[in-house]
Amino acid sequence: MIANILFVLLLIAGVGLFTKKIRSVIRNIKLGQDIDLSDRPMERLQTMIRVALGQSKMGSRPVAAFFHVILYVGFIIINIEVIEIIIDGVFGTHRVLSFLGSFYNFLIGSFEYLAFLVLIACFVFLSRRNIIKLKRFHMKEMTKWPKSDANIILFVEIFLMSAFLIMNACDFQLQLLQSEHYFKGEIVGAFPISSHLISFLPNDVATLEFIERFCWWFHIIGILAFLNYVPYSKHFHIMLAFPNTYYSKLTPKGQFSNMDSVTNEVKLMLDPSAVPPPADAPPARFGAKDVQDLTWKQLMDSYSCTECGRCTSACPANLTGKLLSPRKIMMDTRDRLEEVGKNIDQHGADFKDEKSLLGSYITEEELWACTSCNACTEACPVNIDPLSIIIDMRRYLVMEQSTAPAELQGMFSKIENNGAPWQFPASDRMNWTKDEN
Amino acid sequence: MEKLVVPTMADMMAKGEKPEVLFWVGCAGSFDDRAKKVTKAVAKILQHTGVSFAVLGTEESCTGDPAKRAGHEFLFQMQAMSNVMVLNGYEVTKIVTACPHCFNTIKNEYPALGGNYEVVHHSQLLQQLIDNGRLKVEGGSFKGKKITFHDPCYLGRANGEYEAPRSVIQKLDIYFTEMKRSRANGLCCGAGGAQMFKEPENGNKDINIERAEEALALNPEIIAVGCPFCMTMLSDGVKNFNKEHDVEVKDIAEMIAEAIDIK
Repeated sequence: MIANILFVLLLIAGVGLFTKKIRSVIRNIKLGQDIDLSDRPMERLQTMIRVALGQSKMGSRPVAAFFHVILYVGFIIINIEVIEIIIDGVFGTHRVLSFLGSFYNFLIGSFEYLAFLVLIACFVFLSRRNIIKLKRFHMKEMTKWPKSDANIILFVEIFLMSAFLIMNACDFQLQLLQSEHYFKGEIVGAFPISSHLISFLPNDVATLEFIERFCWWFHIIGILAFLNYVPYSKHFHIMLAFPNTYYSKLTPKGQFSNMDSVTNEVKLMLDPSAVPPPADAPPARFGAKDVQDLTWKQLMDSYSCTECGRCTSACPANLTGKLLSPRKIMMDTRDRLEEVGKNIDQHGADFKDEKSLLGSYITEEELWACTSCNACTEACPVNIDPLSIIIDMRRYLVMEQSTAPAELQGMFSKIENNGAPWQFPASDRMNWTKDEN
Repeated sequence: MEKLVVPTMADMMAKGEKPEVLFWVGCAGSFDDRAKKVTKAVAKILQHTGVSFAVLGTEESCTGDPAKRAGHEFLFQMQAMSNVMVLNGYEVTKIVTACPHCFNTIKNEYPALGGNYEVVHHSQLLQQLIDNGRLKVEGGSFKGKKITFHDPCYLGRANGEYEAPRSVIQKLDIYFTEMKRSRANGLCCGAGGAQMFKEPENGNKDINIERAEEALALNPEIIAVGCPFCMTMLSDGVKNFNKEHDVEVKDIAEMIAEAIDIK
């Protein structure tokens, strides 16, 4: 009875804390500028099914894709087992779903195979990060917390899967020994993997029961802890990949957003009869200096990033040693957004600190290294768009600060003066027709 | 070869005519000596295939692409809106350009500012002309030559067009070879996003060197391009390896014009 109450309390605490964090993430995302992405719902749904559920963009790196699918399928399917664990925990039953008979055995057997494959995948991923040391996991932004985060997740998965398998092994052994709470006249469950562990287990019923219970509690507490870890981690992508791909950019990659605030001003300049905005309208800030200047979708992008680095490893600027890393742009955006969120929690909504995303996190040098080639957006398995953030910050630098590199200032004035980014008069535009050859 | 005649929209309008297509030459195509040769090749192909075309001539102005990519939305929209006024004034419906940056900007970013046209890159027009039989090409001097194609970002990833340029040059019976980073994974030449107009940030290599190195590793006779900026960047890259006498950097339009002997 005490165990049941303890379980229910843990469950409430775990889910409650998780809900609280999710609300703060949603609040943070809503700090962004409004953008209407309610168009083309069917196309969005298809994109989500293809890219998030179907992982269509993972395949460009087959090894990672293969083991990632194992983790992904394993994670989703093994979690069906959590339903049983919760019922058992609340009502003090044991293997309550075993009345399903052979289908139950099929489920448990499948979970065991998957758990084993997940273990292998975790070891492969750990070795890619820590032994083979793939370059994209060892770049400047991948030290300290981002580095530990990735390893913590893999170790937690290993512990959870091991607990699951050891629990089953003990259970199987207890059933073989016909222990009263476990054996119900016939063996329930199938143990294709854990049955191999039996020879390592003691034969004493009390110890077996202790190990089985320990693993059961470890597994469910581990899952609740993991649930609460996820929103703080790069692992958040397991949830946000879905909404984030749903709200993917559906226009051609080359089409940059049109700034309506600028359109209004340009129309006023070109057409004197245009109606000016009301004089008391707040002056719009052009471009992005801080996270609140970005759209909610760009902020959701930052929470969806799992720091895999496919963007950065495809970025021509980064490949040639420049400071720019699209992954860092996303990580900085998230870090700054979390910071702004904490400030609001602690000091109220109007609190302003001395920092900003541009300046305190992202430098101008990074922004000016971008060739806008879209390699990063193409590479991202969950359709994150670092390029739009880079461009919005360039807009702030150019239109609010006038701090573009001198050559670009020169290019601007040439376009203004003679309608070309080079110093040639429009009257020379037909010269090519006169040239010999 | 008959003499090249390039009418302007103003000429056409004065005669009460309207061309099938407006040839948007672009700033590089108008002023850059190397790109001017590509412009001429495109015009010659258009004339040769009997496509009625005209240019804006002195009325053409920068699309605003480099300003927009550099963050100067204000200057971009000034350029865009005044170009839209000119284009709409001539009731332009179809535009062809040999510059993927102009192509992308007019096709994708002008509609929000009142400019709605059918915009094609010259590789797409060439493919259309070949497909409907108006342009007949044979390998000629290109037959069997080892050639690779460098995807322009603003044609490829930006607008999803990978096939047209490949399909056009493969009509030349060439030995086509693909770089490892091609199509959606193509590596930028380093000029996009207004980089063309500034020195690169500090790094350990220039992007065009990285790309030229990759192309040269295939030992091609020609590196085919479809963008005036890529042309500049890759030509410089090839020169950097002192290979400019062995490897040519050519636009696909130049190759077609040469193959049908209208050069």
